[in-house]
Amino acid sequence: MIGNMFKRFSLFSAISILLILAGIFVTLYIYASDSIHQFGWHFLTNSIWEVGEDDEGGVFGGLIPITGSILTTAIAMIIAVPIAMGIAVFLTEVAFPWLIKPVSIAIELLAAIPSIIYGMWGLFYFAPIIQKTFGGTGIGLLTASIVLAIMIIPFMSAITKDAMNVVPDVLKESAYAMGATKFEVIKDVIMPYSKRAIIGSVILALGRAIGETMAVAFLLGSIMRFPHKITDPTTSIPVLLANNFSEAQDLELSSMFYLALILFALSFAVISLAKFYFLRKD
Amino acid sequence: MNEKKYIMRAEDFSFTYPGAPAPTLKSINLPIEKNKITALIGPSGCGKSTLLRAFNRIHDLYPGMKYEGKILLANKDGGMDNILELKKERDLVRLRQRVGMIFQKPTPFPMSIYDNVAYGLKLSGVKSKSELDGRVETALKGAALWSEVKDRLKDSAMGMSGGQQQRLCIARAVALKPDVLLFDEPTSALDPISTGAIEELVSELKKEVSIAIVTHNMQQASRLSDYTAFMYLGDLIEFNKTKKIFMNPDEKLTEDYITGRFG
Repeated sequence: MIGNMFKRFSLFSAISILLILAGIFVTLYIYASDSIHQFGWHFLTNSIWEVGEDDEGGVFGGLIPITGSILTTAIAMIIAVPIAMGIAVFLTEVAFPWLIKPVSIAIELLAAIPSIIYGMWGLFYFAPIIQKTFGGTGIGLLTASIVLAIMIIPFMSAITKDAMNVVPDVLKESAYAMGATKFEVIKDVIMPYSKRAIIGSVILALGRAIGETMAVAFLLGSIMRFPHKITDPTTSIPVLLANNFSEAQDLELSSMFYLALILFALSFAVISLAKFYFLRKD
Repeated sequence: MNEKKYIMRAEDFSFTYPGAPAPTLKSINLPIEKNKITALIGPSGCGKSTLLRAFNRIHDLYPGMKYEGKILLANKDGGMDNILELKKERDLVRLRQRVGMIFQKPTPFPMSIYDNVAYGLKLSGVKSKSELDGRVETALKGAALWSEVKDRLKDSAMGMSGGQQQRLCIARAVALKPDVLLFDEPTSALDPISTGAIEELVSELKKEVSIAIVTHNMQQASRLSDYTAFMYLGDLIEFNKTKKIFMNPDEKLTEDYITGRFG
């Protein structure tokens, strides 16, 4: 029967997602197992990444790329979240009606630009500006974070705007009817009402930012060193993987899989945290 | 009749929606008497909700609305001010604190029961916890809701039944001690039992506030109100004591509507 077949098909589709997820995890783990055996948890706290003599063995620690990933993502989020919220609020509550459509379309187009284009734009146009304003070489944490922020802002504001648009008019009206000002309505009704979508958009953006490779590879510098200033270059997990993957062998390759596993776990942790902590209640 | 008995009054009031070729309300004259219930009845599209929504300037949330004439609201010195002259957000906020509104569908805010009622009070600058507690309790008692919710004030208001939510909205409006409450078909989304509870509440409330109520339900208008205004296609056809309107209206059109010949 069609109904039965459809049921099985959808069950299969649902299970395949779990299988793919588990498969990726297992593969990463198998390839990383050499490195995991060799370095264990110490990998997380060790900042040395050195290939041994004759390209054999060596000491590998992931602290610098892990720090780089977390820092770029954190700075990008700090910049992006308020701006994206501002854009969404502006488009739903403040803007003149004739302005809403073109700006919304522009935002959606921005969200669709491939990241390499942001990387090129950042490298040739934006990095020199940062260099002039903040010093340094222009390539570094700040440049990468700002461009990352610019990349995720359209994405976040598009989702948030859609959520804010579905707040029922009558709910807003009743807040106004209680003597609320526009600001109070935004703060007390619109924000709480669309809280889930806002957090959801932040999490998705976070996931995108932490895994972003191309734009950051252009702008972060890909240098195995801790940043001391915000303008210093450093590296991040995806950047390290993209730059060194083709040449790495043996233990270094395995260590890279270890890093990939950590990135996987990080994104997974972020999303799980969001699911179980922020979104559990109605 | 004595001027001072009126809390609000529309004088030659016309209203045009943006882009509409003709006014939706044409030269309306309607008094709202103090501590009485005034019902607005009429077929769909007659402008009764539009008129009600002008009384607290909620129309102003959307751009391009055009008001003409006057809507007067009694001030503390015994005179009347034209609320259509208010321009600043602050003045509109003050107006809406004095002229509350209950909507067709219950509209609890996404917060706890307590916070829903305390919300308007906090906005109006009440800060002391004990005063808030007291006024929330009084308002919930006033809306006949206290006994049902006193043990779960911290629960989300979204979990209440429709009738309870509507009474919560009334409590929320009453908490501000307004002079006028505007009800825009407050029972049209509710079951008969909840409707009965709301109607009882509305008749109780007129001791403290003056009430204007828009309703589709003619029995409701005749049961509840002291005065009734019949509107048709943007005109106020007849305004009089409710008894007179329902027993012996002056206008043929009113009679036809009330006897159900159209509607």
